[in-house]
Amino acid sequence: MPETPLPAASNLPSLSLHIPEPRYRPGDIPDFGDIVVPPVDGTPRPGEASKPDEMRELCYGLVRVLDFDGEAKGPWNPNLSPDRLRQMLRHMMLTRAFDDRMFRAQRQGKTSFYMKCTGEEATSVASTMAIDRGDMVFPSYRQQGILITRDYPLIQMMNQIYSNRGDHLLGRQLPIMYSAPEHGFFSVSGNLATQYPQAVGWAMASASKGDSRIATVWCGEGSSAEGDFHSALTFATVYNAPVIFNVVNNQWAISSFSGFAGGERTTFAARAVGYGIAGLRVDGNDPLAVYAATQWAADRARTNNGPTLIEHFTYRTEGHSTSDDPSAYRAAQEASAWPFGDPIARLKHHLETAGEWDDDRHETLRKELEELVKTSQKQSEKLGILGHGMHQPFETMFEDVFEDMPWHLQEQCAQMLAEQEKKFGPDWKPE
Amino acid sequence: MMTPDDTGSTKTMNMIEAINSAMDVMLGRDDKVVVMGEDVGFFGGVFRATAGLQKKHGKTRVFDTPINECGIIGVAVGMGAYGLRPVPEIQFADYIYPGLDQLVSEAARLRYRSANDFICPMTVRTPFGGGIFGGQTHSQSPESIMTHICGVKTVIPSNPRDAKGLLIAAIEDNDPVVFLEPKRIYNGPFSGYYDRPVEPWAKHEVSAVPEGYYRVELGKAATVREGEAVTVLAYGTMVHVAKTVIDEMGIDAEVLDLRTLLPLDIDAIEASVKKTGRCLIIHEATRTSGFGAELAALVQERCFYYLEAPVERVTGFDTPYPHSLEWAYFPGPVRIATALEKIMKD
Repeated sequence: MPETPLPAASNLPSLSLHIPEPRYRPGDIPDFGDIVVPPVDGTPRPGEASKPDEMRELCYGLVRVLDFDGEAKGPWNPNLSPDRLRQMLRHMMLTRAFDDRMFRAQRQGKTSFYMKCTGEEATSVASTMAIDRGDMVFPSYRQQGILITRDYPLIQMMNQIYSNRGDHLLGRQLPIMYSAPEHGFFSVSGNLATQYPQAVGWAMASASKGDSRIATVWCGEGSSAEGDFHSALTFATVYNAPVIFNVVNNQWAISSFSGFAGGERTTFAARAVGYGIAGLRVDGNDPLAVYAATQWAADRARTNNGPTLIEHFTYRTEGHSTSDDPSAYRAAQEASAWPFGDPIARLKHHLETAGEWDDDRHETLRKELEELVKTSQKQSEKLGILGHGMHQPFETMFEDVFEDMPWHLQEQCAQMLAEQEKKFGPDWKPE
Repeated sequence: MMTPDDTGSTKTMNMIEAINSAMDVMLGRDDKVVVMGEDVGFFGGVFRATAGLQKKHGKTRVFDTPINECGIIGVAVGMGAYGLRPVPEIQFADYIYPGLDQLVSEAARLRYRSANDFICPMTVRTPFGGGIFGGQTHSQSPESIMTHICGVKTVIPSNPRDAKGLLIAAIEDNDPVVFLEPKRIYNGPFSGYYDRPVEPWAKHEVSAVPEGYYRVELGKAATVREGEAVTVLAYGTMVHVAKTVIDEMGIDAEVLDLRTLLPLDIDAIEASVKKTGRCLIIHEATRTSGFGAELAALVQERCFYYLEAPVERVTGFDTPYPHSLEWAYFPGPVRIATALEKIMKD
């Protein structure tokens, strides 16, 4: 192959390659003063049937409802009853209590892996409360709040995390890759953004059958760079699919900041513009704004007005997972400097301001939820924890590759069983 | 091999018509079946496999898609999760790669990873193989990539009657099936002699295709020529090329048309090789890590003490499929005859 010749001498400027770099690294003092925080009542709420090109500014603004004094204001205020707000608070607090307990369980060596959603509870809890129980959710990996909001038993979640005898996925999946069809929760893949076109397919099927159910789907800002994301938006706009696309922009994809997904130059909600679909950018730490935006998008989808892309602007307070150490790549104070606060604290403040909540009730609820998680954990651990004994019959490894087991898997299964018998003796049985 | 309700009248069909008829029958029988892909709707597909289906069954059952194979297979996974039975077409097998992650990591593993919470009853139809001057992006044979995926069935018909019955069985199957259609023989079986006129399917008995519903079960090979001297394992286009060469050479060869590569009909292979003591494997795909390697390994594992000669492979070469030199690439009569001579000499 011929070598590329050196450029001839000329007065053209040298090209330069841009490699994005986050503003703050370990040791820096972060300052988010330049993030635009628009007033809570400053964002108009268009009708659910609005044309996407008439509401483009919403892709660049920020839907807000709760101000920092605990007041709910503006056209997006969903005006939820105090009972409903307390329910929302409870779901978010339970999600956090569950996260704390399971994180600790991983550190205690009871399972291999866990992922917290600290600071992002509003995105999954409030949005799930704004859709119907029958609507199908295609989650990414940080939406445990959806299962908790839909009252999926905590013990079932824990059984999956421990890959124990009670795990209905038979220990096949990495912890937190739940599957709960009866709760409208699609099997979590572990691959990134693959669920995006799948949700569109589900929504297309629902529409083609004249059903009334819609689909919602989740990914992070990092995985919005995947081709699947763009495949999904293309199909959704082509078929006007009844689907809500959620992009949780929590600023970090493991150690890569949002700039590596294109976040330096535009918003993630603005991806909607090119596809001619509705886009909303919402304060992801404001549960009422998340609720309102999702409700808007659900109404839109359900009335055949098509898909919506919602960017939840938030911050990943903890590491990516138990395998991650964020102190190695980002400034320690970023979470506390985040200008939108904590979603649980903000909803608590709102309820208190309305005279519907107080510190005592909050503390009582916190303890009650902690106790609930602890009790479930004890029950779950009776069914085993990862790495301590075998919890699934060996044959299950070969089941469900196909509906019926073909000969080559039957042969391999027999081989594996013979290996185990050789290793453990003829009387050995799985625990 | 066909199921008993194969009564009714037959009609002379080429492979395209038989494949079209399979989808027509299934669209009529099961309102969960949907057919989609690039150009498959109004136009009826670049090879005409879906001609007339949209008009007959409606736009929400048979429709065009964006040029996006990741999206085509991805939405089909979601449709399957809803309860539909999607039959996506990938216009050429060479274009399946952008959709491969959705096939390998999603469709194929959904049943397993969710322990039967969700299944993927999808049949991906796609024309494959060369011999049509398609160049390196319209000629590939990616079947061994498919058989290497756990959780996908791989089916390759070699004639109209099998094509329809196998496609119906694939559509009714509750696991994902990749249905590879040998496009060189859509209109007639190929002798391997590109300089001779194509003989239409109408001259062959297997073009008499039942008009209604029938199944050809997956996982069963067909003995298309009985013999005692050597077993030839082939599928798709190469079944016909092999038969031509064998007839010319006057060898008493047994030819197995594998029809389904996974699950493979190992019993038929084993019985035949033990009977003949010799085995030639033929495929058009590239040689290294091709499906022939798997077949050769299985034959030596199961039939070693019955073999009188080394197992031989006749394949395409390990190069991209060339445009102008495609007949030098194609495993034609000379390559097959040379291998047969060698295997019979030992």
